[in-house]
Amino acid sequence: MKFSYFPGCTLKNKAKDLDRYALRCAEALGVTLEEIENWQCCGGVFTTAKDEIATKLSSVRILKAAKDKEQPLVTVCSACHNVVKQTNHAILTDKEFSDKVNRYMADDGRYDGSTEVYHYLEMLRDLVGFDALREKVKSPLSGKKIAAYYGCLLLRPGSVMKMDDPENPSIMEDMIRAIGAEPVIFANRNECCGGYVVMESPSLAEKKSGDIVRNAKVQGADMIVTACPLCRYNLMKNGADIPVIYFTELLAEALGVKEDTNE
Amino acid sequence: MNKKYLRDDIIRMSGVNPKKCMRCGKCSGTCPAYDEMEYHPHQFVSMVENGDIEPLLSSDSLYRCLTCFACAERCPRGVEPAKLIEAVRLTAIRRQGANRLTPSDIPAMLDEDIPQQALVSAFRKYTK
Amino acid sequence: MQRIGVFVCWCGSNIAGTVDVAAVADALKNEPGVVFSTDYQYMCSQAGQDLIVSSVKEYSLTGLVICSCSPRMHEVTFRKTAAAAGLNPYMVEIANIREQCSWVHKEMPIGTEKAIILGKAAVAKVNLNAPLTPGESPVTKRALVIGGGIAGIQTALDIADAGFPVDIVEKKPTIGGKMAQLDKTFPTLDCAACILTPKMVDVAQHENVRIFSYSEVTDVKGFIGNFDVTIKKNARYVNEDICTGCGDCVTKCPQKKVPNEFNLGMDNRSAIYIPFAQAVPKVATIDPAHCTMLKTGKCGVCSKVCKAKAIDYTQKDEYITEKYGAIVVATGFDPISMDKFDEFAYSQSPDVITSLEFERLTNAAGPTAGKLLRPSDGEHPQKIVFVQCVGSRCDSCSEKGKEYCSKICCMYTAKHAMLTRDKYPDTEVYVFYIDVRTPGKNFDEFYRRAVEEYGVHYIKGMVGKVTPEGKKLMVRASDLLDGKQLNIDADLVVLAAAIEPDKSARSLATMLTASMDTNDFFTEAHPKLRPVESPTAGVFLSGTCQGPKDIPETVSQAGAAAAKVIGLLAKDKLKGNPCVASSDELMCNGCSSCEKVCPYGAITYEDKEFRMPDRTTRIRRVASVNPAVCQGCGCCTVACPSGAMDLRGFMNEQIMAEVDAICK
Repeated sequence: MKFSYFPGCTLKNKAKDLDRYALRCAEALGVTLEEIENWQCCGGVFTTAKDEIATKLSSVRILKAAKDKEQPLVTVCSACHNVVKQTNHAILTDKEFSDKVNRYMADDGRYDGSTEVYHYLEMLRDLVGFDALREKVKSPLSGKKIAAYYGCLLLRPGSVMKMDDPENPSIMEDMIRAIGAEPVIFANRNECCGGYVVMESPSLAEKKSGDIVRNAKVQGADMIVTACPLCRYNLMKNGADIPVIYFTELLAEALGVKEDTNE
Repeated sequence: MNKKYLRDDIIRMSGVNPKKCMRCGKCSGTCPAYDEMEYHPHQFVSMVENGDIEPLLSSDSLYRCLTCFACAERCPRGVEPAKLIEAVRLTAIRRQGANRLTPSDIPAMLDEDIPQQALVSAFRKYTK
Repeated sequence: MQRIGVFVCWCGSNIAGTVDVAAVADALKNEPGVVFSTDYQYMCSQAGQDLIVSSVKEYSLTGLVICSCSPRMHEVTFRKTAAAAGLNPYMVEIANIREQCSWVHKEMPIGTEKAIILGKAAVAKVNLNAPLTPGESPVTKRALVIGGGIAGIQTALDIADAGFPVDIVEKKPTIGGKMAQLDKTFPTLDCAACILTPKMVDVAQHENVRIFSYSEVTDVKGFIGNFDVTIKKNARYVNEDICTGCGDCVTKCPQKKVPNEFNLGMDNRSAIYIPFAQAVPKVATIDPAHCTMLKTGKCGVCSKVCKAKAIDYTQKDEYITEKYGAIVVATGFDPISMDKFDEFAYSQSPDVITSLEFERLTNAAGPTAGKLLRPSDGEHPQKIVFVQCVGSRCDSCSEKGKEYCSKICCMYTAKHAMLTRDKYPDTEVYVFYIDVRTPGKNFDEFYRRAVEEYGVHYIKGMVGKVTPEGKKLMVRASDLLDGKQLNIDADLVVLAAAIEPDKSARSLATMLTASMDTNDFFTEAHPKLRPVESPTAGVFLSGTCQGPKDIPETVSQAGAAAAKVIGLLAKDKLKGNPCVASSDELMCNGCSSCEKVCPYGAITYEDKEFRMPDRTTRIRRVASVNPAVCQGCGCCTVACPSGAMDLRGFMNEQIMAEVDAICK
């Protein structure tokens, strides 16, 4: 299996673990992730305003690059995934938007929305399969009680992201089960951590992230996993006294590729 | 800009039909930023519908919305208040000199661990 | 040549507001065959009908065109008028210039032009009309009621009391339906069991009533007065005629871990079970999905302990066919699944329950013997939050909920809140509402008592999120009047789930050729004037299968449906519809196309001798229509490749004349 891979800015800086382990696990699972060449920013956030065109073009170029290679596109960071998937959806469903975008795309060639966009987790579930993953596990994480924190970007808007039931998701819990650990379901797993508002109002992020960590702990978790660097930052910054790690790191541990072998 | 034009422009930009709202208040019942807001999601819906937009444009509430989409996802009527707030916010920051965040503000906000994603997102949200 | 009279109705301003009725009457004067044309304010009134009768006499009319409302509204009225004037009733044509013209157009010139065209088409058709005489068919004097809840029980009792035999088909092992699961009933707070179980006994003991429990309707053939219905009696592995309902088998059954559906899975029952103590019929049923004997052949305890020797592991499903004159649908409702509303954490905590589960928790015969205890730990909840409109009143594009108001939730929640405060005054009770809807006798008074006398906290706003945390349920909600977001640490959250028609209704509607709306509620023949009849003749509607309603309304509708059935069964013969298909044997090529498309099985083929031009005799296979079975749908006329099949009253040449008149 071969995919185009878009890491995004944070994965090359503050969230190197998210990137590194994603690639190692893919390799262990027999998946080739080909990083898109000369990629630019995803756009950061998807602006829902219909008259915002230019801020979405970089996302369109990512989609177009995958399309040129005739590969499905895989992303890992929740924010990148949200922006790229929403942009693709807008191209498919909003003709006016699609026409406008394609006027800017004249040099690169038309993009028609036909690239399939997978989050890494969706790739695991729908293409690799959790049963196949279970068979590849080298050191099952039995006995660990792990809370999967989704945040908002992976799940919402549900009608566009279509990753899982936005109010009762199971994709990360199923992954946790596949690698031998026990998922802890907690209601705040799809509540916002405070997001970028932490820049202006650290107190809001503190309260929101605090609620999330407390809820996970009271429900019995001894670790939290997430797919989002900003979520992880907010949780860690605001009182998490249990480990908060990227899901790819957890996966790497189970697949036995966490420790550096060649470096 | 006259009131009616501003209202219609925001509705067009957001793609939201505020008339679908049945005033249940679920958006404000679920909003994680409620306590930090002067105007709450359900008020954005009714105030935009009534063309009462100037107070919204000058309110800090615009910059407290987390765009987490909980209100949109849970609205029984498919109104999607988050999109309306986004449209009002853009209307505000597109005005001259209304950028909420400038590069010179950044160093004071930084710490060792803050991910790039936070800066990029904040600039998108707060600056035209 | 016909002598046609045209009568243009104003329908007050309904038609005259958008159609120049005088101009229509004037324009139609010159159409072929028309000898008289006029307009009048209300053609359906006595004066309007008198005008028609006198005009028939004065101008020796042979055909009538009434430009008025839809034929569904007043065709029958004007046919009677024609008959009173000595004409054949089928010499009347209606041009629908209201629903299809004045109501859909805004501009007078456009409305008028279209009304004239519709009138011309009707005139063209009447020119080719021929008198038709309906045939007669006998009426089977027995009714079938599908569904044995309070609606079905009441309908059956009323029909049976009038002296007609009735069969009830109920898919569950007992009749009683949802009402049997309720605790008390609003607004009088009488206990549901106390008023329902006597009726269950009455209906079971009634000499005119038979109950087929644990049974389903699998096939319906025929037409009004003459339905042939196949009923599948599911094997219950217990001979109901012998079983005494003593319950020894239930006590001794070793498989006791089956979720008890009567208590909505909040406790367990055994594999052989009697749903509840007052079940009717009070006989045991073996659940084949959980019975060890049926699954592995090893057990047989129930058979050993049964003194009546009623257990029969070899019992098979049984099909019986019965004739009925009328069918009443009373298939009821279910609360919708809460799967798609997990912001309320229904799947995450046993202490988030639906209102029907709350009924069982407060019912003396329920899993807690009527004590209000939390499902998670059996402790008494100190703080209860009720959430209204969960899945009701959703946007039409919503994939989660229903667009309609479920109608009963406001009142039962007021009841739950009031009863909780009455029995446990130390409990704090919050009700989050969007609107409180109490249109019913003594309803608003009841709701106000909950607030004013019982101190229930009614909060205008909606719950946005429920977060189970430890033993508590953290409820985040808006209080719109106080302009606050509330965070309540509740012990129990009760969701007023929307109600939807029973899932079996859709397939039943197909069998009955009865129409449904997009929500799978059965459609009534007229929303105001024929509310308990389906548009399919002989099929009647009782209870929530037609739309959300409470018990008083259900019982009234059940009685109304019974009255309609009695009116039908009281007749010995029914006049049929003369607009039936008939085949021209000389043109028929015997291809069977018509037979294959006929939904009513009205067409058969027979070998007939024909005298040929060369004086030889040939036997040919030709179609023959049974006019008593034909419903006049016209499918066969479209399918017939040789043009042999035609529909009386809607002959091909009549339809073509209408089309020509419109296109002229």
